[in-house]
Amino acid sequence: MPRGRGEGLRRTLQKVRRRRDLATVDALGLYRTMVRIRRFEERVEQLFLAGKLPGFVHLSIGQEAVPAGVCAHLRPDDYVTSTHRGHGHALAKGTDPAAMMAELYGKRTGSCRGKGGSMHIFDARLGMLGANGIVCAGVPIAAGAALAARLLGQDRVAVAFLGDGAVARGPFHESLNLASLWKLPVVFVVEQNAFASTTRYEEAHAFASVAEFVRGYGVASHRVDGNDVEAVYRAAGDLVDRARSGEGPGLLEAVTYRLRGHYVGDPQRYRTREEVEQAQARDPVRRWREVLRSRGVPEEVLEAVEREEEERVEAAVRFAEESPLPEPEEALEDLVSDPGFAGWERTYRA
Amino acid sequence: MRELTFAEATREAMEEEMARDPTVFLWGEDIAKQGGVFGQFRGLAERFGLERVRDTPISEATLVGMTLGAALAGARPVFDLHFADFLGIVMDEVANQIAKIRYMSGGQLKVPLVIRAPDGAVRSAGPHHSQSLEAWVTHVPGLAVVAPSTPADAKGLLKAAIRSDDPVLFFEHKALYPRKGPVPDGEYLVPLGKARVAREGKDVTLISYSMTLWKCLEAADRLSTDGVACEVVDLRTLVPLDWDLVLDSVSRTRRAVVAHEAWRFGGFGAEVAATLTERLWDRLLAPVGRVGARGVPIPFSPPLERYVIPQTEDIVAKVREVLGERPRGASAAARLGDGGRQAPGGPQAGRGTGGEGRAPSGD
Repeated sequence: MPRGRGEGLRRTLQKVRRRRDLATVDALGLYRTMVRIRRFEERVEQLFLAGKLPGFVHLSIGQEAVPAGVCAHLRPDDYVTSTHRGHGHALAKGTDPAAMMAELYGKRTGSCRGKGGSMHIFDARLGMLGANGIVCAGVPIAAGAALAARLLGQDRVAVAFLGDGAVARGPFHESLNLASLWKLPVVFVVEQNAFASTTRYEEAHAFASVAEFVRGYGVASHRVDGNDVEAVYRAAGDLVDRARSGEGPGLLEAVTYRLRGHYVGDPQRYRTREEVEQAQARDPVRRWREVLRSRGVPEEVLEAVEREEEERVEAAVRFAEESPLPEPEEALEDLVSDPGFAGWERTYRA
Repeated sequence: MRELTFAEATREAMEEEMARDPTVFLWGEDIAKQGGVFGQFRGLAERFGLERVRDTPISEATLVGMTLGAALAGARPVFDLHFADFLGIVMDEVANQIAKIRYMSGGQLKVPLVIRAPDGAVRSAGPHHSQSLEAWVTHVPGLAVVAPSTPADAKGLLKAAIRSDDPVLFFEHKALYPRKGPVPDGEYLVPLGKARVAREGKDVTLISYSMTLWKCLEAADRLSTDGVACEVVDLRTLVPLDWDLVLDSVSRTRRAVVAHEAWRFGGFGAEVAATLTERLWDRLLAPVGRVGARGVPIPFSPPLERYVIPQTEDIVAKVREVLGERPRGASAAARLGDGGRQAPGGPQAGRGTGGEGRAPSGD
């Protein structure tokens, strides 16, 4: 970077940072994460509609504040489990957008060598234990990772991202009970985005607030405006710190809104255009941008972040486009790890 | 050699592996304070504490999901499912998560876990505590499936399963737990994916595993008095399967019967029979015979249970069938010393005539 411009930005940032309690670097970091997720998913939507991506995709546009605010508290060695709507969780945990984009293309260079796709992004080095095609499946996995961390004497925490749909499943309740019973270092983050597929939260749950409900399990909980990244950040910080210091599990209910359909191409007969337009006004990315501006972050700083993230996503698309597809026979790799198990292949192909 | 029960042998395997590797944990219902329904965990909690040997609530689906999470996070958990029948409760975690996670992640993650599943019919446990469900999991790629028949193999295979970096479903027939057998002193492993010849013979190969292996050995004994030499193969591991040993045996004997306690229809034996037929069509002198449970739930009342589960005499009868010595007439039946079950109506009756469904006295 040319020395002049970088220096200017840095000096401006230092000035602003002194004035605010949520340090501006953190604040800008949150913005950067949200912009990265937004740009990535907008691009994925375009690419999908252009027929470039196989399968189908679920977008979290409008929910970016939740992974951004939560993952800002996580270390690289902390664990995360995610959902079918999981691009944001992986990106916020630090997964390389290029590897993810290549995975969405089904390319050999993808995060999972083309074996998983959009609904199954993994990043073992960052403790990203998988997006998941089965609603709620990641919740016990996170609880188990938390139990292992404790038994192995580590101070790692695990975060399970889940949607409100998962709250209707048995393993959610079993996991809350067990996590509380055994004081596990796990935080359950419920992205209450108003819909489980096409069914509204109110049509599916006998209680209005998940956060309130789980107090019966003895789980510490917060309910926040999930489109307010600062509120998410503070509440998640409290719960992650508690979990890490051995005070047991927490649950964060982040009330947000799914601006896109359940999947790209969803006819969305279950809601009106007006409802979605009203929700656009609460767009978490734009909101946080306005807050940052009002706190004195210069426009040029924000634009620089946006430009960099735009470039990062474009580079990811180029990488994915230029990457080779896997050879068909690669389908038979990666099933098991034990080299002594050479018999596996022949077992199935005898 | 010293003798241990099957339950004691598995307990010893757990104890040795937990002592050797501090990342091995054991979870399940009734295992710590109670020592397991069959005594197979007795003393482990006393030695390793209630954190590592953990009594759990009845939340199998979540506990199996947690077992997976723990395995991904660097532990080597062993989960006791209490009864194999509870696979129905945990099937998403087993089939959609545990079996697939290494593959879906493009090989980034390993899944070193063991699920122990006591299965099979014993003492009228009824339809929800008697099933043999190994075919449910052999059908899902990515799961090792183990079903030992002897105490020595149970110990060596369980130790190998715990050390494996891949997920293992470990089926233990409940009727085997009190059975004694020789167990070597000291450290040994029985590798996954290796079958063994439990008895040598030249006329027909009986292929089995778990409890039914003993019925095959009994059948072989009975048939030997009539001059039929059965080779008996104990598969020990169903996935990965030791096709080399199986194909070698059957290409020598040129006849085979696969026997298991699971339902015959859609059972693991069907896979073995189909592959033998594909691979050894030119060598086989008869269709591969299959013996398995009849197509109803495992009933409660003792005579019903016994009727549904394959018995030694069913294996004997099936062997006779593949030997081409169906009881067509008095000479065949007499030579084979048929106890009558295969030839309803007695030596004079042809197939499908007279006296059907009547077991002669003495059966």
